[in-house]
Amino acid sequence: MASTDIIIHDKKDNVGVVVIEKVAPNQTCNCWIMEGDGSATVEAKNEVPLGHKLALVDLNEGDTIIKYGHDIGKVVKTIKKGEHVHVHNVKTKKW
Amino acid sequence: MEIQKSFLGYKRENGRVGTRNHVIILPVDDISNACAEAVANNIKGTIALPHSYGRLQFGADLELHFRTMIGTAKNPNVAAAIIIGIEPKWTKRIVDEVAKTGKPVEGFSIEGAGDIETIMKASKKAQEFSIWASEKQREECPVSDLWISVKCGESDTTSGLASNPTVGNLMDKLEPLGVHLCFGETSELTGAESVCAKRGKTKEAQDKFMKTWSDYNDFILKEATDDLSESQPTAGNITGGLTTIEEKAFGNFQKIGSRQFVDVLTPAEEPTKGPGLYFMDTSSAAAECVTLQAAGGFNIHLFPTGQGNIIGNPIEPVIKLTANPLTAVKMKEHIDVDVSKILSREMNLDQAGDELIKATMRVANGRFTCAEALGHREFVMTKLYRSA
Repeated sequence: MASTDIIIHDKKDNVGVVVIEKVAPNQTCNCWIMEGDGSATVEAKNEVPLGHKLALVDLNEGDTIIKYGHDIGKVVKTIKKGEHVHVHNVKTKKW
Repeated sequence: MEIQKSFLGYKRENGRVGTRNHVIILPVDDISNACAEAVANNIKGTIALPHSYGRLQFGADLELHFRTMIGTAKNPNVAAAIIIGIEPKWTKRIVDEVAKTGKPVEGFSIEGAGDIETIMKASKKAQEFSIWASEKQREECPVSDLWISVKCGESDTTSGLASNPTVGNLMDKLEPLGVHLCFGETSELTGAESVCAKRGKTKEAQDKFMKTWSDYNDFILKEATDDLSESQPTAGNITGGLTTIEEKAFGNFQKIGSRQFVDVLTPAEEPTKGPGLYFMDTSSAAAECVTLQAAGGFNIHLFPTGQGNIIGNPIEPVIKLTANPLTAVKMKEHIDVDVSKILSREMNLDQAGDELIKATMRVANGRFTCAEALGHREFVMTKLYRSA
């Protein structure tokens, strides 16, 4: 089995978490979908470090980020599939 | 994996089962610590549980103090208890409640006698208890006699990815066997509170959860100089990749798997509605949380950690697991179960859950946890507000 670069918790998630030191631009990343023990691939657009998230689909301003199958915040700046998802383009809906 | 249906535990007078056989010397208040520690030093096979409070507390804060004291001594991991306080009245209140379990318990008060005479009298009784407890044998008990509490700490992204879901997998497998389960950390659920509330088995449990969380949130908003956006997630969390408080909360929430909770407990409250999962209103500070869960009667604890929390508890064994490969190596002496192979997909959650169940059974049978072998005995009272 190919080594895992990204873990996706839930089939519904639109982001995955990098579990290697970092993924590089244009790298085809192997994803493991924990729910159902499935596989997928996604091409990274940015360098994304360990523990950080990468978009699995194109996301527009106002869209909801889904991780663990749940709403974890809103998109505040357009994100393309394969781009780094973090505090620069996503904010909490709490405050 | 075929789950082991029984373990070797200590059957207590009231029908509960202990995974440990401690004789505790419990001070009622801060100024009785010296006396309690002297007794524990005199008599082998006993442990003192010193702490910082118990004087001039009042109202709900005092009631919580008593509930914690009484619950700790009632815990089935405790074979017998010596209670030492400055005054006879509060000491007796604890002794009378603990005596209802049928276990040996005796109280001593220092006022009018002084430390030395109290140490002598209490030591004689402690010696009697210690020798009596030393003859207790482990017997085969159904797995449903396990009361498992959980709490995570020093979390990082590996916690939400792997070690917390491993605990959730264990819960999903053990709950149908009739075990009691408990999670807490009211503050750390902020961001996931409405999803968590929906996990209540009844409307009553759901409403009780939302009230408990809202009371906490109101307290934070009243005391905080700003909202939590500057502190939750922490700078360290953000560096590690956590973006929002919701994300942090859902990572924490993985510990309960797909379970629903039966009821909401006040801090240190013993569950009374039968087996299943309970939510206890606790602080997210590790030692405070585990102390409250132990006082609620839980006899074994699971503690997932990312960066490496080192906590233990004097009466409830604390099993630590991590999915962080660096922590598993660099802090090996603190880690009972290494599930870091999940990240490289050499292990799936089902296998990790099985490993954790096996480790839990071994510790229930008497295997020392890393924290026990290292002498971690953090016993920390939760204080609701300042004393009078």
